[in-house]
Amino acid sequence: MIEVENLRKSFGAVKAVDGVSFAARDGEITGLLGPNGAGKTTTLRMLYTLMKPDQGTVRVDGIDAVADPLAVRRRLGVLPDARGLYKRLSARENIAYFGHLHQLDDETLRTRSDALIDALEMRDIADRRAEGFSQGERVKTAIARALVHDPRNLILDEPTNGLDVMATRSLREFLFRLRAEGRCVLFSSHIMQEVVALCDRVVVIARGRVVADAPPQTLRERTGAASLEDAFVEIIRQSESAAA
Amino acid sequence: MHPAVTVFCKEVRENLRDRRTVMNALLRGPLLAPVLFLVMFNLQISAQLKGADQPLPVPVVGAAYAPHLVAALAQMGMVAQPPPKDPGAAVRSQLDTVVLVIPHGYPSHWDRGETAGVRLVYDSSRRSSDQAAQRLRLMLKRYALTIGAQRMLARGLSPAVDLPLVAEDRDQATPRSRGAVLFSILPYFIVLTAFLGGMYLAIDTTAGERERQSLEPLLANPVPRWTVLLGKWSATTLFALVSLALGVIGFAVAGRYMDVRRLNMVIDLGVHFFAITLLLMLPLVLLLTCLQTLVSAFARSYREALTYLSLLMFIPVLPSLLLMVIPVKSHTWMYAVPLLGQQLGIMRLLRGGTPGVIDIAVCLLGSLLAAALAFAVSLRVYASERLAVSA
Repeated sequence: MIEVENLRKSFGAVKAVDGVSFAARDGEITGLLGPNGAGKTTTLRMLYTLMKPDQGTVRVDGIDAVADPLAVRRRLGVLPDARGLYKRLSARENIAYFGHLHQLDDETLRTRSDALIDALEMRDIADRRAEGFSQGERVKTAIARALVHDPRNLILDEPTNGLDVMATRSLREFLFRLRAEGRCVLFSSHIMQEVVALCDRVVVIARGRVVADAPPQTLRERTGAASLEDAFVEIIRQSESAAA
Repeated sequence: MHPAVTVFCKEVRENLRDRRTVMNALLRGPLLAPVLFLVMFNLQISAQLKGADQPLPVPVVGAAYAPHLVAALAQMGMVAQPPPKDPGAAVRSQLDTVVLVIPHGYPSHWDRGETAGVRLVYDSSRRSSDQAAQRLRLMLKRYALTIGAQRMLARGLSPAVDLPLVAEDRDQATPRSRGAVLFSILPYFIVLTAFLGGMYLAIDTTAGERERQSLEPLLANPVPRWTVLLGKWSATTLFALVSLALGVIGFAVAGRYMDVRRLNMVIDLGVHFFAITLLLMLPLVLLLTCLQTLVSAFARSYREALTYLSLLMFIPVLPSLLLMVIPVKSHTWMYAVPLLGQQLGIMRLLRGGTPGVIDIAVCLLGSLLAAALAFAVSLRVYASERLAVSA
């Protein structure tokens, strides 16, 4: 469970995040939808405590992110926008590095990595060095290492960026599995189709503010648009004319 | 396992797999300095030895005017050569190092017992020419003194009349201290070796990690930033120390191939030198790797970090240069200044002494304090938000 209240963050004169509030519940997939530069990545960075909010609170499973960032990070699995691997380490070693940083014991680490390697269908690359991995193989490895400590909450920043159709589809199925296990999945995207296909709830962000927060179906009904894409465009337009 | 140890092990393992880092830090770095030093040294030795015992070929203009002089010079090692058309041009174009010109007025002055003149044509801005002229001048002086004494005796005077004062040199330099002068650049080479050893890791673990976009995921782990910094910095320091140890061993081996005794010098790069040098260098290495990490954390990319660090590399040469240009008497407080303290201590060792316990303690404390300060500043930079965010 991730709760965000009135989150604000400025870089100089630029208000990147300007009063964002929403909640991502357990057993649901929540999508953070918005155009490029809307403040999605900055919001997520405050969630996984890379940045401190200027104002507002973030709570993960009830723990305040500013007061106890380490406890929050222990409960989060994070796939940031930057997802570089260590090229001179194998996929398995990349996963083990993060497992050791979470201070997992060897037995747990082995069981968890094997399970993730199976679930993500990456057995054939597990012991290869990450140098020369395809985009899809890189994302799989990055997801596996983000989940090695079995976190209840998962944050993914544009996870399907650069993935082909097959890789996107298998990632989608993997996220459904995580939801079925009762985890809280929060991901950001600027692609409407992806959000429709995946989300139980959509939080639309534009210019650093939440402009809509509802299930995809409700969003469509509210704007009277036939597709979510039209709904999205309509919402963004309304918020921009309101700001002007 | 403490997370700092995890970070340390991972950085060491990953960098040992990188051929470029291993080659640079553990092979090229430590070998470069001793080999360079050996070559420089042997060139210098052969240049210096060449002076004394080899015949000196000198074109002589007007040799016929002073056959006695030419014969005497030949006995002292000069080999008379046929004269060039234009002595000045021959020296300028480096065809000849020095040309002796005996003017046609020489015999008449000589016969009348007056001062006869000869000319040396040379170029003082060229070392070989200057040295040759110096040797020839010395031969001429010796000849002039001998003839002068003979003339005094012929007139019934003691040659001592012309020699009211003689200064006698009592050089207090020992073969060891003479060696130390020649080796005064050695401390810089030692610092440089440690610097090169740590440089690639410092860049790779900070600027490199950010450039490869793996720093942000790393910092999303439940590990405080200081722990990450400690692990990375320890790995950098380990490489620098190994590089340093290999370098010092390299110098010890190179020392065996330097024939310093031929120059009446002694140099001892043995276990004693090895142990105290490493002790003095230890806190300095901590400081250097800290500064390298700090600079790399500021740099936006691998390339930028490399540029900054290449500039930083020239700072360690300053004490060596300073002491060469302004030879100061060493005071205990100077040992507290990082780099200067190590320079003084290593020089002291080379001269055959051992720095005092207080000097060593002051040196270690001063450098450690500076290292702690650098670590504190690095920690601040590491804690900043902009550290993790790539571009």
